[in-house]
Parts: sequence; structure tokens; C-alpha cells
Amino acid sequence: MIDTAIFIGIGLVVGPLLGGLVSGLDRILTARLQSRIGPPLWQPFYDVIKLWNKEKTVVNVWQAFCAYCYVAAASIALVLFFLRSDLLLILFIQAVGAVFLVVGALSSTSPFSQVGAHRELLQILSYEPLLILVTIGVFLETGSFKIERIYSWNEPLLMKLPFLFVVLGYALIIKLRKSPFDLSTSHHAHQELVKGLLTDYSGPILALTEIGHWYEVVLFLGFCSLFWATNWIGMIAIVVITYFLEVLIDNVSARLNWRWMLGYAWTMGLTLSMVNLVWLYAS
Amino acid sequence: MIKWLIQKSRIKSPWLLHYDCSSCNGCDIEILACLNPVYDIERFGIINVGNPMHADILLVTGAVNHRNKKVLLNLFEQMPDPKVVVAIGSCALSGGIFREAYNVLGGVDKVIPVDVYVPGCPAKPEAIIDGVVLGLQKFSQKRVEEKSYAGRGDLRQF
Repeated sequence: MIDTAIFIGIGLVVGPLLGGLVSGLDRILTARLQSRIGPPLWQPFYDVIKLWNKEKTVVNVWQAFCAYCYVAAASIALVLFFLRSDLLLILFIQAVGAVFLVVGALSSTSPFSQVGAHRELLQILSYEPLLILVTIGVFLETGSFKIERIYSWNEPLLMKLPFLFVVLGYALIIKLRKSPFDLSTSHHAHQELVKGLLTDYSGPILALTEIGHWYEVVLFLGFCSLFWATNWIGMIAIVVITYFLEVLIDNVSARLNWRWMLGYAWTMGLTLSMVNLVWLYAS
Repeated sequence: MIKWLIQKSRIKSPWLLHYDCSSCNGCDIEILACLNPVYDIERFGIINVGNPMHADILLVTGAVNHRNKKVLLNLFEQMPDPKVVVAIGSCALSGGIFREAYNVLGGVDKVIPVDVYVPGCPAKPEAIIDGVVLGLQKFSQKRVEEKSYAGRGDLRQF
């Protein structure tokens, strides 16, 4: 009982702290790759505190409601992850959160927000099947959706599911809105849709969406860590390497349009997953 | 403690919105020059945003005319408080060489309240960074409850 409470606390507090630090590191790395110095490590926290203390302007009630629901879903998903619960349940809860963010953007009449929301729906459509396939692969190998069991598996999953790990990395680029798939909104410079999905979120509401994003970053890095769960060093190494590659790809590629995203994600992702699943089944 | 944190966060994270009233592009190019890796203003947390609803500091270049005064006011009103306006270049300060033109209202302060004036034709990137830093001091001191109004009632009925 006490253990559960501690894990819930860790999930709620350490999650966003870790997520903010990862975002800060992301910005520094991005700046270094562009031969700049970049902001301090604590920059995302400064941004959120500043936004939190701005005037609260909401377009309508639904937008604020959706932003709160997004944060709630993202934090519940992360807490369930720390409680080593069911992987499938966690993915569904984070999907609900992602859809709430889209609904919030759709509730405004701004064309930028609308187009951004539609693009985000396409992004969800691209990465959700891939995530489910990865989870199925994990199930076929370990015989359980429970994270507790996956973490206690005595052999790194990466050995048996290498292609599925590539697919997970691919889904992660789309999920974390990194180039070349930052169609709906971009984290760095402004884009053709002003700020796309986040155009009409402002002040404290924008801060909420940012905190929700931190929860999701930590959740998905945790998901990556499942693939080398036999020891701590392997776990940290796989997370660090994956995130570094994400940032690298973010910086060396230009934005693609949604047709390419959907085409690449589904053809490459589904093929690689199928090959890996058939191999797993046959062996 | 909390007040100190808020002030520090504001100084560390100003997001800029740039609006070109009717500038000759001289000042605009100088503003964009601040964003290149030579000056790298992102190391101070400054981001150039395209969305007034996310912006803290409004940089205005060029003289205001009858066509764009409503656009300027609209942008200003969409920015959530607290906010700071920095007028950049001779034209934004007073109308510059276009001051006497029949279609020109004058400086930016004819339409919205200006916090910092950066002179120059065009203003140098160093001067612009100085102006923004001065604006940051004002930005950190402002309270959220403090509402900024465009002040001139007659301009509200466009």
C-alpha cells in the first residue's frame, strides 16, 4: 500500500521534472548541432512558470477542459507505468489524452488551429497501429502485457524484437512531433501554420499542454527502456541512445507532408512489424 | 520566493512577436540578424514566435498608417498580459522621414502604449538586444492584474 503511494508520488512529481530536463537537454543538443550555444538546461521550467503567470485567456470552456483532461490522461498513464501496470491500458489512456488535445484545438474557430488539429489526427492515425503492434510483439515474447513481468524477463527484448524497436523509434518521432513528422505543431521555430495545434492555447493553458507533453516524453522513454530491462546500465543506455537519435533526425531532416508520413509509417512500420512477428512466431 | 521565481522566469523566457507596420525592411533585417547563430538569442531563452497569443514582447518597426493601425491594435490586444512593446527604428519612434505623409499617423505610440524606444535608421542588432533587455526589466516588474489598454478611445472604433 505504502509502495503504491510512493510510486504514484514518483510518477506525478518526478515525471514532469525528468521530462522538463529532457526537453532542456533536447534544446541544448539542437542548438549545438546548429553551432549555437543554446538556452540553459532549466529553460523549459522558466517557460512554463512564465506562462503559468500570464493572463488566462481561453477561447471557450471546452478548450480549457480538454487541456486539463490531456494532462490528467498523460499523468495517469505515467503513474500506471510506474506502478508496472498493463501496457495496453497505458497506451489507451495516453491515446485518450492525445485525442483530447485535438478536440481542444478543434473547439476554436481559428483556421490554423483547425488544420493543426486535423494533422495531429493523421499523426495519431499513423503511430497508434505501430504502438499496438510493438505491444503485441512484446506480448508474444513475454506472454504478458504486465510491465512487471516484462521488467523481470531475463533476456533483453531487443535481441528478439530488433525490428519492432525500430518501429517504436519511428512511432516516437511522430508522437513527439520531431522533424520530419512535426506536421501539427513544431517545438522550435514557427512554421507555416503559426503554431498549428497549439495556436489557440495560451498562457496557463499552454503551460498545461507543455507539462502534459513532459509526462508523455517520460512515458515513451520508459517504453523504450522495456527493450533492455535486464540491468540499469542497459536501460539507461538504450533510452539515451534512442533520444539522441531522435534529436539527430529532428535536426537533419526537413518536414514531410502527411501523405508521405502515413505512407512511410504504415508501409515501413507494418512490414517491419510483420517480419518480426512472423520470425517470433516461427522460432 | 515565489515572486522572485516568477520575475526570474520572465527575464529568462521572453517570447518575441515581430510586426512590420510599414518599414522599409531595414530594421526587420536587423531584427532577423539577431536570431542568427552569431548573436544566438535563444541562449537567453528568447524565441521568435509567430503567434500573438504566445508572445510577451511585441517588436514593432515602421511608421503606423491608416491601413495597418487596426492590425497593430488587434495584435496588441490578442497578447495576454503582462506584455511589453518595443518600438524599433526612427519610423516606429516618430514616423521618421514619412512623418509628414498624408497617410501616416506617426509613431507606434499613437496607437498602442510603448515601453521601450530603440532609435536608429536602421537600428543595430546590438541596440535591439539592448532595447529588449531594457524591456525585460519592465516585463519582470509588471503584475498580471495590471491591464494594458490601448488608451486612445477614438481608435477603438475602427
